[in-house]
Amino acid sequence: MITFVVRRLLLAIVTTWLISVLSFAIIQLPPGDFVDTYIAQMAASGSSVSAQAAEAMRKMYGLDRPFYVQYGKWVGRIVHGDFGESMEWRRPVLEVIGDRLWLTVLLAFAALIITWGLALPIGIYSAVRQYSIGDYLFTLVGFVGIAVPNFLLALVLMYFSFRWFGASVGGLFSAKYSLLPWSWGKVWDLMKHLPLPAVVLALGGTAQLVRIMRANLLDELRRPYVVTARAKGLTETRVVLKYPVRAALNPFASNIAYLFPFLVSGSVIISIVLGLPTVGPLLVEALISQDMFLAGSIVLLLGVLTVIGTFISDLVLMWVDPRLRQGMG
Amino acid sequence: MAEPLLSVRGLRTHFETPEGTIRAVDDLDFDVFEGRTLGVVGESGCGKSVAARSVLGIVEKPGRVVGGRILLRTHAGDTLDLAALPQDSAAYRAIRGPEIALVFQEPMASFSQYYTIGNQITEAIRLHLRLSRSAARARAIELLDMVGVPQPSRRIDEYPFQLSGGLRQRVMIAMALACDPRILIADEPTTALDVTTQAQILDLLRELQAKRGLAIILITHDMGVIAEMAHDVAVMYLGRAVETGPVADIFAAPAHPYTRALLRSIPTVLAKPRTHLPTIAGSIPMPSARPAGCAFSPRCSEVLGDVCRQTEPPAIGEGARSVRCFLHGGAP
Ligand SMILES: Nc1ncnc2c1ncn2[C@@H]1O[C@H](COP(=O)(O)OP(=O)(O)OP(=O)(O)O)[C@@H](O)[C@H]1O
Ligand SMILES: [Mg+2]
Repeated sequence: MITFVVRRLLLAIVTTWLISVLSFAIIQLPPGDFVDTYIAQMAASGSSVSAQAAEAMRKMYGLDRPFYVQYGKWVGRIVHGDFGESMEWRRPVLEVIGDRLWLTVLLAFAALIITWGLALPIGIYSAVRQYSIGDYLFTLVGFVGIAVPNFLLALVLMYFSFRWFGASVGGLFSAKYSLLPWSWGKVWDLMKHLPLPAVVLALGGTAQLVRIMRANLLDELRRPYVVTARAKGLTETRVVLKYPVRAALNPFASNIAYLFPFLVSGSVIISIVLGLPTVGPLLVEALISQDMFLAGSIVLLLGVLTVIGTFISDLVLMWVDPRLRQGMG
Repeated sequence: MAEPLLSVRGLRTHFETPEGTIRAVDDLDFDVFEGRTLGVVGESGCGKSVAARSVLGIVEKPGRVVGGRILLRTHAGDTLDLAALPQDSAAYRAIRGPEIALVFQEPMASFSQYYTIGNQITEAIRLHLRLSRSAARARAIELLDMVGVPQPSRRIDEYPFQLSGGLRQRVMIAMALACDPRILIADEPTTALDVTTQAQILDLLRELQAKRGLAIILITHDMGVIAEMAHDVAVMYLGRAVETGPVADIFAAPAHPYTRALLRSIPTVLAKPRTHLPTIAGSIPMPSARPAGCAFSPRCSEVLGDVCRQTEPPAIGEGARSVRCFLHGGAP
């Protein structure tokens, strides 16, 4: 058991390191750098940048040094909590990201809860009542859910909630609160705005999870231990919930973290469509303008959060799976 | 002979599938007596397990008991027709465990790996006997001790995957006996075990039977196990009993050509126990395409002619012995 935890921890550390190298490297990949973009922008607006000025800028950001030196400097500063300056915004990266990181996590987490809250009961129902009208209905809705791109869904929901509630949707805050500091009123405002984007974000994953849960459970329902449980005289509900559902749930524990990156990348388009203050749109902008420090920091932060999430779900998996807990895995 | 504890008459369990009706059990008769073992033997797919599940009322969809009677003499002394009870009724649930219990083939797969054996045993005790948590636990430890699990008070908190195959099957038996059933259905309880462990489990069953007067329905492929364990035998072919009777009579003078074929396949029972049945000439017809007349006639070496191919032989016999074959009369 200890070995398992240690192994997972080592894996997490190595993964974090790889993510940091990758997030730095990927940003470095495209030809040209921020200064080139800057020069091009200036040229487009009619002014020009002297070669010396460009050189000075490159020096300032360390763009003239070899890759590993740039990487080393970057990591060194991050360790001290300095993620560098956003070249585009000309403000510290952390300040630019601000609450966006937590709002992204919150949105993903809300979507995760909705995904589970919907997918598990529906999956159980569909498996237990296989080929019933309800099962077919959920299957149909599920395929629609998988097939319809979620930004389209976002637009449709936006339209209807505007028609029915007359409220402008979009964003995670009302105009009144968006620039105010945190307060209970702002938290409540956030809670009111969260469901719509969370549902939109959750639906695709929900439909898939329903299919997985249904298939897992159908598989488990045929196992001999279910017959054993029935032969004890338990009610069918008790039999199903205690035994096969428990077994079908096990793989889901390891799924928690793997959904997270999926939800974050899924949230980019939705965030753009619904105007949500998450890191997604920021990352896209940063990539387009080759705002290296900003993009690298976002990729790194999301990556690290994912690694932490994975580690936590490994712990959860160990906690729920007696085979792992007893050190047999 | 005394009144049977369980008397099955004309039992039919069919599966409605898109490909047609599978008559897994079709007009099955047998009796089970207190303190005796009924060996149910037959080739794979002849409906042994479905018959067992029918008696317990746990046939899964699309299967259904569509006919016949399952007459059970309960602890209370009255006779119930289980076939008339809805499978999911509280009355039927009260039968499973306290009256009839089940042990089957794969001791590993028959336990959930997510709960301790203690949890899985006490569950039934608490449900049926309404004992407190600690009393149920004490009883479970007692049961484990009775079936020969060493250090039961420690083992009770282990998970099934921590036990050896033989121990798991012992625990399975303890679990089945948790609510003092009078009938134990053991569906190939030793198939998955090695020879030594097999013998130990069979010994345990015999010992428990002697101690508690347990009636056992022992389902097996294995004529060797039948010879060793059973008092009575029911030979099944395509969902029905083609021959039933006391084990000595059947081994001494098998009446049905199918029984003879089964016995021929193990000429020396004592020298070579537990030999699996070699296949008998011809293949088993699908239960969805049951041959007309005697279902065994296409494979039978002693077939009498059209009478066997066109008419269903009735059960003929006196006393405990009965056979469905025109060789012994009953031809129209
Ligand atoms: N869920 C089911 N759906 C459809 N047919 C089934 C189902 N369960 C069993 N059957 C059919 O019922 C027949 C009898 O099956 P059963 O499991 O009782 O055989 P068995 O005698 O126990 O065989 P074995 O010795 O291999 O255990 C088989 O032909 C099988 O195909
Ligand atoms: Mg079977």
